[in-house]
Parts: sequence; structure tokens; C-alpha cells
Amino acid sequence: MNEQIDLQKISDDLVKIYRDNTEFLKQNTGEMLNVYRPKALEDFLRLGVPTAKSEAYKYTRIEDYLKGNYDSEFTQDPFKVNLRDIFKCDIPELDTHVVLIMNGFYYHDNLLTGLPEGVIICGLNEASVKYPDLFNRHYNRYADTSTDGLIALNTLFAHDGVFVYIPEGIKLNRPLQVINLSFSFRNLRITRRNLIVAGDKSDSNIIFCDHTLCAHSYITNSLTEIYAGKNAQLDFSRMQNENGMSSQITHTFIHQEKNSVVTSNTISLHGGLIRNNFFTRLNDTGCESNLYGLFLGDDNQHIANYTMVNHAMPHCTSNQLFKGILDDHATGAFNGKIYVSRDAQKTQAYQKNNNILLSPAARMNTKPHLEIYADDVKCSHGATIGRLDSEAMFYLRSRGIPEKEARQLLMYAFADEIIGKIQVSLLRDRVIDLVDKRLRGELARCNSCDVHCG
Amino acid sequence: MLSIKDLHISISGKEIIKGIDLEVKAGEVHAIMGPNGSGKSTLASALAGREIFEITKGHVTYLGEDLLEMSPEDRAKKGLFLGFQYPVEIPGVSLVNFMKTAINEHRRFNGMDPISASDFLKMMREKQELVGLHTNLTNRSVNEGFSGGEKKRNEIFQMAMLSPKLAILDETDSGLDIDALKIVANGVNKLRTKDNATIIITHYQRLLDHVIPDHVHVLYKGKIVKSSGKELALELEEKGYDWIREESKS
Repeated sequence: MNEQIDLQKISDDLVKIYRDNTEFLKQNTGEMLNVYRPKALEDFLRLGVPTAKSEAYKYTRIEDYLKGNYDSEFTQDPFKVNLRDIFKCDIPELDTHVVLIMNGFYYHDNLLTGLPEGVIICGLNEASVKYPDLFNRHYNRYADTSTDGLIALNTLFAHDGVFVYIPEGIKLNRPLQVINLSFSFRNLRITRRNLIVAGDKSDSNIIFCDHTLCAHSYITNSLTEIYAGKNAQLDFSRMQNENGMSSQITHTFIHQEKNSVVTSNTISLHGGLIRNNFFTRLNDTGCESNLYGLFLGDDNQHIANYTMVNHAMPHCTSNQLFKGILDDHATGAFNGKIYVSRDAQKTQAYQKNNNILLSPAARMNTKPHLEIYADDVKCSHGATIGRLDSEAMFYLRSRGIPEKEARQLLMYAFADEIIGKIQVSLLRDRVIDLVDKRLRGELARCNSCDVHCG
Repeated sequence: MLSIKDLHISISGKEIIKGIDLEVKAGEVHAIMGPNGSGKSTLASALAGREIFEITKGHVTYLGEDLLEMSPEDRAKKGLFLGFQYPVEIPGVSLVNFMKTAINEHRRFNGMDPISASDFLKMMREKQELVGLHTNLTNRSVNEGFSGGEKKRNEIFQMAMLSPKLAILDETDSGLDIDALKIVANGVNKLRTKDNATIIITHYQRLLDHVIPDHVHVLYKGKIVKSSGKELALELEEKGYDWIREESKS
């Protein structure tokens, strides 16, 4: 069987699953979700699943992860579980609004109290029915299904996820914590679709935590569209901690209006495949975009970050900083692009990717890409791949610190630059602890839930 | 305390130290002087256990044990301290945390419980005072953003914190102005007891105006070519290293 047939079969199977379930999807989801499916199907039929032959997936053999056998769920599992009983997130005393998303479905029993007036946090499907005007203004407006088969696929299968709306001038009183759980008795293909609308002058902090609760394989295609209105401030953190058999592909589309500030911080702690795609569009002047990421890989994990920051307008600033530590046979990739359009004068755009390889078999590919059509800009990029600094190691050891501890201190110090950028102090403290444990090889999950699997 | 016998050290196949003998006893201060490139820093680093230096021949006994068999951290825990010529900047490693970890490793080695937070802070304050390191060290990374003088004082501060039995100070005086030099010298003198020993490695005589050595050795081309009392340092200052070069030729 040659590669071509293999790929075609993956795509054909996915299309068949869609066709077999189209009616069911239609019955169970709002019109606003369904209206985009035909175009998504058309795009997917044309694009198929991406392969390492495409520039964006050059360093990620995505096809290897897509070919497994997975069931799909198009309705919330009727199996009645009380997720709150089995899952206790151990981010201690983290005073947040918490919602659970199970296998891509907004959990029926999410309780939200004390939200500021006008703030909406609900399931995506629910929002598509209840708030059609608001929903329609933003849904699928930022994601482009014509560019990547996986984006088309997400739109094709989109059924639920979280919807967040912060009205103009409102400050979200506590961070919103969205806990994405994978929980089943079989291997599962999961589609999550999220929409975050941060109104003008709003100020909010949103944390996504991704967990697998069972020792099954999950392949998750998660797409999040974020709209930041004029002068909006949004801090978006993501903690990825899944079992080693699971694959997670995320697409984050960030659309920024005038003077908005959006900071995204992605901490990839664990997972078989983690592939994050970021697309930022600075759509008006005075915007600030910060994309930060920390990834820790060992075993045979593959962690890749792809960024595309589009400076469409002048006087905007963007910062990208991604740092990774890879051990064993882990592989990683950073493929980062800055695009400065002809009119985007006075752009400041910076990009940095630093990596440490702990073993001879670990590999990292890093590719900065700048495309600049304006002439009055400040742009820079830099990438490093190295080992732990032997001089620093010796300095620490010469004071009596054992080699293992010295390595730990240096790895942690390397990671600290990213962790320090997390705004919510309690989350930061928790991440410090998790990263410390992870680097000591003591971490498989970040929760103290009763399901000790994976 | 320290006994070096016919020590040869190479780096990348090139021999730097070509057979050194040295005896250091408790309570003594030794100065090792010599022109640039004579192997002073190589000797210091190799004694502290820097792995890039290969010991090709010879023995080093420290407190009755084979020093060369020990890891750098074990050497440190047994009381050996190296003051670095170029202290390493380590962004992201907090100096306070670093020192606390080091202190607790030493304490554990000596069968003691970890130091309490309040005792540690008290100790920090005392030792900072002793070496005139008035920088606020909280939230500072190891040596990061320190001036040259601060880095050197930080070395003496760490020495004071760890109270070593044998301190090797590698060009601690270089890059210091005269006031800083006095403070560093003062710190060394205050920490000096009959039970510990110090090896001062220096290019210049000036530190030795403030810390009086018992023995002065001249290292030249990887060998100790002259050993004598403190007067040798003055002689070197007066005549320069050319005198040694001339003598070693003959």
C-alpha cells in the first residue's frame, strides 16, 4: 500500500463518517453551525488531510497520527457520570469560574454563579441558537477553512465547545477556567469548537486545561476563534496535559481590533502529539500580540508550534517566544511566520525560539519566516538549539549541588522565562510546580482525580 | 590538608600543567602567582573538578582522601571552594534559592536538618554585611546583571555562606577597584582560621598587601618554578615576570 492510497483512505473515511451522520448533526446543532458545513466539505474534499509535504506541516508527520481507528460521538454520551465526582482539578484555591467540556460537549451540569452582568458563558451549540446575531457576527469569521484540511474538518464536524462573550467595558471578575476532558471506554475522535468574543474595553482572563482521563487514545481537533474588540485585554492560557497515546491538534485564530492586547500562553506538558497552530490578525492600529509557549517532550512525543502573525495595519507590536526542552526520542518543531503588509509601517515584530535537547536522539526543527512589505519596521527573529550550559552546570555543582539537581535548576531556569509571563499568580504557582515535577519525570497527569489511568 | 604530587593536566590533548607538587596545611595561606597563560586557572578549575580538564598523571590527596575520584559536588561538600575568575551568569536561577539549595546539601552531608527560613535569612544578612555586598539579592538571578565588582563580592559572599575548609580564589582581585579589593581582602581575613586554608591565585601583588600569604609560588609554563615566603611576591612586583622568564631559561 503506498502512501497516496493511505492518505486518500483517511480522507474518504472521514467524509463517509460525515455523510453518515449529517442528518444527525443537523438535528442536534443550530442552524448557524450547519450553514458552514457544505463549504467546509468542499474545502476538505479539495485539500484532504495535510501531509508533511505541505510547508506548514513539513516537520510534523501529521498523517501518522490521523490514521488510527477512532469512534466518533455526535451527541453527549448518555452514560450518566458526575464528572465533578471523578475529576477534581488540583489547581489549588484557584478561584475561577469553572466549566467542563467532556469529549467536546459542554457539560450539562456546569454551574456558573456571580458572573458580571451581560457576560455569557455557555455551550457553543446553545449560543448558536440563543444568541444568533452575536454568534453569526463572529462564528467562522476568523478561521479560514480553505487553507488547511484540518480547519475544514473542524468546521465540518463542529458541534459544541465553549462560547464566551464579555460585553463592552466589562472586567471578568475571576478567570474563566475551561477544563477539556477526554473520558470514554474506547478510542475517540473529538472535535471541539470554541468562540471567545471579548468586547471593546473588556478585560478577561481565560484558561484552558486539556486532560485525558482514561488510558485510551484520543485524537482531538480543537479550534478556537478569538475576537478582541477595541482596547480589549485578553489573557489566554492553555495547559496541555494528555496521555502519551493521544494526539491534539489545536487551531487558535486571534482577531484583534484597535489598541487591543491579547496574550496567549501555551504550556505543553505532555501528550503523544501536540500540534498548535496560531493565526493572529492585527486588524487595526495600536494592537499588541504576545504568543508564548513552553513545551516539554520526552519518550516519543512530538510537539510542534506553528505561528502566523499578520500585521495588517501600522503601529502594532507582536512578540513570539517559544521554548522547548526535549529528551529521549522526542521531536519538536517551531515554524513561525511574521507577515508585515505594505501599509503596516512602524510595525514592531519579534520572534524567538530557544530549545534544549537533553538526549542525542531528541530532534528539533525550527524555521523562522519573515515576510515584510513595509519599509519602516523593526523586526527580529532568532532561534537556538543547544544543550544545558556546561559552565553553569559546573558552577552549581562546585557549590555542592548534585548533578541531577543542578540539571533540574537549569532546566527550570530555562522554562521560567515563559512561566513568568503567566498573569494569574495562582496558576503560575501551579505551573511552576507542574513543570518542576514534569522535569523530574514525576508527572503523568496534573490532576489528582480518582481515575488513575494513562 | 591538600597534597599535590606530580600533577599533570591536559585540555583537548594539550598539556597545560606539567608536573606540580604542592603541600597546603590547615591555617595556611598560599599565593600562586604567574604570568598569563601559565596554567593558574587550569589548576584551580581542575582541583574543583571541572571535567573538561583531563588529569593525565599524578595524585591529589585532600583531607586524606583521593580528591580526583570525587565529583565536583562531593569536593564542595567536603569543604573545597572555588572562587571563580569569571563567575557564571545563570538567568532564571534565583541566587537565594541557589544558596539555600547549596547550604542544605552541605547540611544534609553533615547529617543536619535543612536550615529554617528565618535562620537562612539571618545568615544571608550577616554574610552580606561581612563582604559588603549591599545589593538586594531577593529576586535576583545568579550573577545576572551584576557588575564585575558585585560578581567578585558575590563569590566571597558564597564562600562566607559555605565556610569552606579550603578556598581556592582564582583571580578574585582582578577587575576590582582598590575599595572593593579591601572589602574582599577583609572578607578573606575574617574568614581565616587555624583550621582552614586558602589558595590565592593572582597575577598581581596588590591583593597580597591585604591578605598576607605564608607561602608564595610562581607558576610558569605549567610548573612551579619558585616557592618562597611572602617576600617573593614583593620581589615579583618589583622585577616583573621577565625575571622569572630569564631565570627559568638558565
